[in-house]
Amino acid sequence: MMVSEKTNPAVDSITGRGIPVRGNDIDTDQIIPARYMKVVTFEGLGQYAFYDVRFKEDGSQKPHPFNESRYQGAGILLVNRNFGCGSSREHAPQALQKAGIQAVVGESFAEIFAGNCTAMGVPAVTLSSQDMLQLMETVEQEPTTEIHLDLRSNTLTAARQSFTFSLPPAYRNSLIAGTWDSTSVLLDNLEQIHQTAARLPYVDGFAAGV
Amino acid sequence: MSKNLFNKVWDLHKVTTLDSGQDQLFIGLHMIHEVTSPQAFQMIRERGLTVLYPNRTFATVDHIVPTADQQRPFADALAEEMMRAIEQNTAQYGIEFFGLHTDYQGIVHIIGPELGITQPGMTIACGDSHTSTHGAFGAIAFGIGTSQIRDVLATQCMAISRPKVRRIEVSGQLARGVYAKDIILKIIADLGVNGGLGHAYEYGGETIHDLSMEGRMTICNMSIEGGARVGYVNPDQKTFDYLQGRRYAPQGDAFDEAVDFWNSIASGPDAQYDDVFHLDANTLEPMVTWGINPGQAIRVTEQTPSISSLKPEHREVAEKAYTHMDFAEGDTVKGKKINVAFLGSCTNARISDLREAAALVKGKRVHADVKAFVVPGSKQVARQAEKEGLARVFADAGFQWRGAGCSMCLAMNPDKLQGREICASSSNRNFVGRQGSPTGRTLLMSPAMVAAAAISGEVVDVREFMREPVAV
Ligand code: SF4
Repeated sequence: MMVSEKTNPAVDSITGRGIPVRGNDIDTDQIIPARYMKVVTFEGLGQYAFYDVRFKEDGSQKPHPFNESRYQGAGILLVNRNFGCGSSREHAPQALQKAGIQAVVGESFAEIFAGNCTAMGVPAVTLSSQDMLQLMETVEQEPTTEIHLDLRSNTLTAARQSFTFSLPPAYRNSLIAGTWDSTSVLLDNLEQIHQTAARLPYVDGFAAGV
Repeated sequence: MSKNLFNKVWDLHKVTTLDSGQDQLFIGLHMIHEVTSPQAFQMIRERGLTVLYPNRTFATVDHIVPTADQQRPFADALAEEMMRAIEQNTAQYGIEFFGLHTDYQGIVHIIGPELGITQPGMTIACGDSHTSTHGAFGAIAFGIGTSQIRDVLATQCMAISRPKVRRIEVSGQLARGVYAKDIILKIIADLGVNGGLGHAYEYGGETIHDLSMEGRMTICNMSIEGGARVGYVNPDQKTFDYLQGRRYAPQGDAFDEAVDFWNSIASGPDAQYDDVFHLDANTLEPMVTWGINPGQAIRVTEQTPSISSLKPEHREVAEKAYTHMDFAEGDTVKGKKINVAFLGSCTNARISDLREAAALVKGKRVHADVKAFVVPGSKQVARQAEKEGLARVFADAGFQWRGAGCSMCLAMNPDKLQGREICASSSNRNFVGRQGSPTGRTLLMSPAMVAAAAISGEVVDVREFMREPVAV
């Protein structure tokens, strides 16, 4: 068995402009409609991010931050509560990442979505509702505001304002250590994996010793 | 105080604690389907890795398969490409594949249990959020993303933090016309769509105990709609009886040995939980959603809420829901005309669901303004329903009888809503666009409620429908 190299870059700080997408409970069906998941690779998914909320059925644009020229090139997505709920599709964070998003800042995230983001090296960090509102307003008033996330100190700075964000310690550690791509970390314990399998009665169909 | 099932199974499968603080958990059963797996196979190939335990991995196709014409190659070239990818991947790595050419193809969460692959005390993962369904057997089953599928393929493990465990205690008797689907819709309405974040749900109490395995699966299936990634029921005699004799269940002496193990992992009567939620089933009525998330559900006799009566954090999504659905506050869902009736999905396309619905539509006709579909959850369900004459009953009533797949639960195959159509659906998600039309509308309800709506042309209270004389 060949063990892959731990070549992931550490993700300890991110700088970029913000793009606020307001609303609670934005589900993964909105982030990427299921019909664009008929693909065998993730390449090219960026163009379908938020497709149905950005475009009418005839292809013309609806008002949406992703259509606004002032937010083009933004790398930090700002959202509200329970972002990424619904389907577990990793196509959702993949589409966002392919659309240039490097970090997501919100009030709260659906669990699978946050896990999927982390596994791609995209931090999904949370702020209090009040701080989130303030940050969104700042960015809406001044889209060129530079946002800086420091994962080591859990601080987000934007236009001389400073906020403390939360990030589950396990996610934070693996992002900082560059072990967010967990496959190689898990394979390091190959011997213990086989030992664990051996103590589970069902792995051999309960037939061992019979 | 003793350990609950969740923690017993977790501890048994824990490989080690990682530096990140997460646990490395061995996954006893990995199920894959065509939509979320090809990218994961691509990733392991790129790294020169392989599938570590191919014999603990099973595959099927469900999301993209057309349910009307299943001739290959599929009319949709993209669907055909995904089909080829899973055929090649499973062949290359020696993974058992229940494709369309077998008798066992179906929705991944339906075939695992019916083949006896899903068993108590296992850890199960699948790149699909409704993997929680398998928890009905006393397994702990997680929906995972594609990067984690890669992890499980290559290492048979995932890195994960241990959630809290909430006991959901349901007591009392379900009235006629009230089903498992109504229990779970009520739980989600009460606890909210993110009430279960960070939790596994253990469903218990006499009502859950009295449910069939199918009913338990319906409840565990929708745990994710309540924000809980995992939902489970402790295994009991009903669980063992269900499994006995199934194709992949242990046979003979091994079965007895298995039952001992399965009993040993159940939560004891004095097991500890992080918290407990009580629900009284005596007062439950048929539930129906009026909005755009599964928490926006009310009793069928109830009026839709006024926005001002809602908690502040629920008002915005309620406003969006009223706009999208074109419903008014204080309206009832009962009486809403429907265009489509969809009986299917991994929540409610099992044989018991079809029996219940068939009994209601027998000798009646689907309303002239309604397109009605029955999409069995698996080929085995389809064969069984055909054998019992249910397929005939549905066809005679004017329902289209389809091949097994996810169908109109989501928009990845030819079955889709058109424009503003309203659909009475036995599925699990009413998100905007979920059923294929960005402007289409979904009303979630039990299969019996869907059947009654199909005949009536509008949403009705299935309890009243049951009392009506058969029309001639
Ligand atoms: S039936 Fe629906 S919810 Fe179930 S696996 Fe298929 S698409 Fe997902």
